[in-house]
Amino acid sequence: MSNSQNLTTASTIRSWQGYLRSDGRKGVRNLVLVIYTVECASFVAQAIAKDEPDVHVIGFPGCYDNAYAIRLMLSLARHPNVGAVLSVGLGCEYTQPHKIAEVVRESGRPAEGFFIQDIGGTTTSTEHGKQIVNRLRQEIESVPRVSMQLSDLTIGCECGGSDATSGLVGNPVVGRAFDRLVEQGGTAVFEEVVELIGLKEILANRAKDADVRKTIEATYDKAMSYCQQVQQWSTSPGNFAGGLTTIEEKSLGAFAKSGSRPIEGVIKVSEQPDHAGLWLLDSVPDPHFMQHGYTNANDSEGILDLIATGAQIVLFVTGRGSVIGCPVAPLIKITGNTQTYEKLREDMDFNAGRVLQDELTLDDAADELLQLISQVASGKPSKPEALGHREFFIPYKHQDTPPLTIGCRS
Amino acid sequence: MKTSNNRAFVINVADNVATALSDLRPGECVLVGDAVHESAQVRGDIRSGHKFALVDLKVGDAIIKYGVAIGYASVAIECGIWVHLHNVQSQFDERSGTLDGETGAPTEGNVYV
Repeated sequence: MSNSQNLTTASTIRSWQGYLRSDGRKGVRNLVLVIYTVECASFVAQAIAKDEPDVHVIGFPGCYDNAYAIRLMLSLARHPNVGAVLSVGLGCEYTQPHKIAEVVRESGRPAEGFFIQDIGGTTTSTEHGKQIVNRLRQEIESVPRVSMQLSDLTIGCECGGSDATSGLVGNPVVGRAFDRLVEQGGTAVFEEVVELIGLKEILANRAKDADVRKTIEATYDKAMSYCQQVQQWSTSPGNFAGGLTTIEEKSLGAFAKSGSRPIEGVIKVSEQPDHAGLWLLDSVPDPHFMQHGYTNANDSEGILDLIATGAQIVLFVTGRGSVIGCPVAPLIKITGNTQTYEKLREDMDFNAGRVLQDELTLDDAADELLQLISQVASGKPSKPEALGHREFFIPYKHQDTPPLTIGCRS
Repeated sequence: MKTSNNRAFVINVADNVATALSDLRPGECVLVGDAVHESAQVRGDIRSGHKFALVDLKVGDAIIKYGVAIGYASVAIECGIWVHLHNVQSQFDERSGTLDGETGAPTEGNVYV
């Protein structure tokens, strides 16, 4: 069945055609990724991608390099939705565009890199980059297509701009969809451990075994220590105005997105789950975090961290409203607040608020959401994707390099 | 199906607060979800998404939502009264109790001077 036939009978999509990468992973988009290696190269990188279909941009602003940021960019460069990479540097910075291209080529993807200072000025470098991007795009047109279904997907979920509806229906709908995804052999990833404060026991009880329980407890304790030391809790004025009173209350609402399946394990940023099921992503800095100052992760950072787990699609649950998107993977916007859905209809993909109006049940909403995920996977652009949203945020951060035995870090 | 303009949601049967599903006016409010009672009396205006007490709460009593303590009453809270920053203390975040109850904006300090 062709994609167009699938789209006309939306309620019956069970499989679609994806892109097979040489590492065996399957993507739902076939993108060229432009990566800048210092802020000074960001203008040229954006200019190269401008008006080019299926070309996205990420980059790292710092002149001094950072192992965490390089790992993150490399996992995005070898993401299943990415077919080829162009890395652009200025020429003075520590992070090396040629080295990034070399590592990406080892994954079987075509990749190139250059320094602007070797090529010329703004327009010369932009033209040079556009020529490379067009060559790369032609090269990946012949990537083998492959049949995909829900079991081939890794889906991430993040919430932002939460209000009381996020915990009542927005996140619970995702939780039920995650349960179904896991039942069908797929992989689901949730994060925001700083938004699980107050739930140590509840979280640990979801571990699949004693070892995972210990890891979850240690992850929680680290997040608690981090919040105490930086004196920041992951609640914001908008959350309070929306009726959320404490971090504990927000945590319970946020945790609902994890559904009810056992947690298979904890992965750190840039790691990928090594088997299917539900996983917790730990994006909190490891000890020595003050070495790079402190950050209370914003939504764009959290979404990118989820994409780096290999998630081909990310879900974003909001109550108050949000107008962000992301590169590399389509972002699907869900709100539990019908007023927000009406007001931001151009940005919102899914109105879970209908459950609060007794128009449908949580189970029906979860089924509908899975259908929407399948449609987007089969090529239908999500609203943020169609609007051209490509925000990202890659900060200086420290996380200990995970041992090779955890996940499948390459 | 229960119909009323005043509707509030109770998530867990153990909860001692309900969440307003629309802006509530004082008076009777229909409870949906996992509520013990079919209705409650609301005292004062409650904005959509905000909570009100389903029982009388003493200082130090746990505020229960999702069946779990989400904080403690910092003053006595009578049944039907708005439950928010002005009368609840988080177990972790000391600052939240100082924020503006309507907007959540910071009230202390002179950062903008």
